[in-house]
Amino acid sequence: MAKITLDNLAHSYYPNPKSEDDFALKELNHDWTDGEAYALLGSSGCGKSTLLNIISGLLHPSQGRILFDGKDVTNASTADRNIAQVFQFPVVYDTMTVRDNLAFPLKNRGADPKYIAERVQQIGQMIGMEAELGNRARGLTADAKQKISLGRGMVREDVNALLFDEPLTVIDPHMKWELRTQLKSLHHEFGHTMIYVTHDQTEALTFADKVVVMYDGRVVQIGTPQELFDKPQHTFVGYFIGSPGMNVIPAEIAGKVANVHGNSVKLGQAYGDLTGKVEIGIRPEFVTLTKGKGLPVEVRRVEDVGRHKLIRADLFGNEINIVAGEDQSISPDMTNVKFDLKRVNVYVNDWLKEGEAA
Amino acid sequence: MNKTVNQKAWFLVLPVIVLVAFSAVIPLMTVVNYSVQDTFGNNQFFWAGLEWFDIMLHSERMWNALGRQLFFSCIILLIEVPLGIFIALNMPKSGFWSSFCLVLMSLPLLIPWNVVGTIWQVFARVDIGLLGYTLSAIGIEYNYTQEAFSAWATIVAMDVWHWTSLVALLAFAGLKSIPDAYYQAAKIDQASRWAIFRYIELPKMMGVLMIAILLRFMDSFMIYTEPFVVTGGGPGNSTTMLSIDLVNQGFNLGPKAAFSIMYYLVILLISYVFYTVMTNMDKKEGK
Repeated sequence: MAKITLDNLAHSYYPNPKSEDDFALKELNHDWTDGEAYALLGSSGCGKSTLLNIISGLLHPSQGRILFDGKDVTNASTADRNIAQVFQFPVVYDTMTVRDNLAFPLKNRGADPKYIAERVQQIGQMIGMEAELGNRARGLTADAKQKISLGRGMVREDVNALLFDEPLTVIDPHMKWELRTQLKSLHHEFGHTMIYVTHDQTEALTFADKVVVMYDGRVVQIGTPQELFDKPQHTFVGYFIGSPGMNVIPAEIAGKVANVHGNSVKLGQAYGDLTGKVEIGIRPEFVTLTKGKGLPVEVRRVEDVGRHKLIRADLFGNEINIVAGEDQSISPDMTNVKFDLKRVNVYVNDWLKEGEAA
Repeated sequence: MNKTVNQKAWFLVLPVIVLVAFSAVIPLMTVVNYSVQDTFGNNQFFWAGLEWFDIMLHSERMWNALGRQLFFSCIILLIEVPLGIFIALNMPKSGFWSSFCLVLMSLPLLIPWNVVGTIWQVFARVDIGLLGYTLSAIGIEYNYTQEAFSAWATIVAMDVWHWTSLVALLAFAGLKSIPDAYYQAAKIDQASRWAIFRYIELPKMMGVLMIAILLRFMDSFMIYTEPFVVTGGGPGNSTTMLSIDLVNQGFNLGPKAAFSIMYYLVILLISYVFYTVMTNMDKKEGK
């Protein structure tokens, strides 16, 4: 187990990167605290897997250093880093039995056969495949194979970190819950540093202590699920997290008032002169549909999604989502929206702008 | 569900029936016809039953040729398959040099058999051939027209030169189809180079390797042109393969036909075994 430090790290798949656009992973400084569970969240192709492969040593970064507990391992091999990694698609050794598959990493490290047998039994139980241990891995279903991959990732107790690269993509939904719970309890029990890559926010928010959100090769925010919900640092975080995501509306801001197409909206804080692309962001949960008070909207449709209602409306050409209580009645004369002024965030060129407390 | 009965549908399979009849069934039946008859010329034939088969089965010459043939096929499989895999493993995986290697290796496959024979016949000559002359010059006793071992070494080397590329290309295709994640997982699991080969590469190549082995076995088992051009089956009978022996049977159609049918049955049998093994492998794959 180790603290992992990324120092000025960046990576480009081109041999001679010219501009910042050539970098799949833009310059990054970050400490992964020992023993914490992180989720790395972002849409496909944002650099999540690149970062993971650099940490595990499968990829050599174009620049910067990686340190484990302060020791530089940038040039160390995967074996020397002693890291476990589970991939998106199941990797099993077809010709081996399930038992041999699980024992493989231990055997390669020359562990004691008695210990291997015990440990494999334990892991077999953990992934719910005790009965199939003697079977050949070939011909198993995709999720059984992925469970083996997960098991192989967890079989070594002394690893520096456990990395998961969207490991539950191919698993059935009910099994997903179970395995995620297993992973969490495993984390509590052994206190490994875990990094879990996913593009599924539910997965990220339930698994991790801290969520790292990536966008376009850059880490845009690191925080607890609550922080990501309340104060998204970047508009991407706003609409990637939450369902539906945050509403982002272009506005002009003067002091404590935002001007949206000639209508003023009060803000919780005062802002100075803002230049660039100015927008306000408000989560659908903090928007209420009213009769005649606030900004005029045109309701497009109302969806009942069970625990609440979801209203899709049009605000001066921008789509706006509103969450309303399940038993709130929606009538045709509700043609305006009001914002909870404490919950309105201001963004300049997509990044959160903090105002001066008034 | 009710099946529609329409006898006109037979017309749809008619072209295939006709084609197969003329290309395979009728020629084969002609051979069968000859194999059970005897003739004393004048186009007069007499029923001979299984006599020719009996004679051929007791012909020491045939058994010797079969033995040589099996030996030859085994040797070239033992050399070409491991060598082909070795080449495939060490080829550049992508980029210019990968294409370059592929083209270079395809070249021998494009050369007609008799040309291959001629190339090696000249190449191996002791007086003017580069190979033969060099070997003699460095003091190795080498003369493929006089000595059986040299003759064998020459035709084996020729076949390896001609056909190893095929195995290598097929093995390379098999290797290319292995997703990167397998190699990454193996690195994470700290598998040795041998373990990667044994547990990842070999199992994933098995399908194409079976095809390669089948093709190489069939082709080598039927080899005629190259040894005929290089050694003419000699010195003595030492490189007389089955097909050369078949041609050397003379003009008597009966024994030749019986020989051909047995030859055909052996190949059919071996192909069937391969086919069964391959389909079983696919089933185990559990698709």
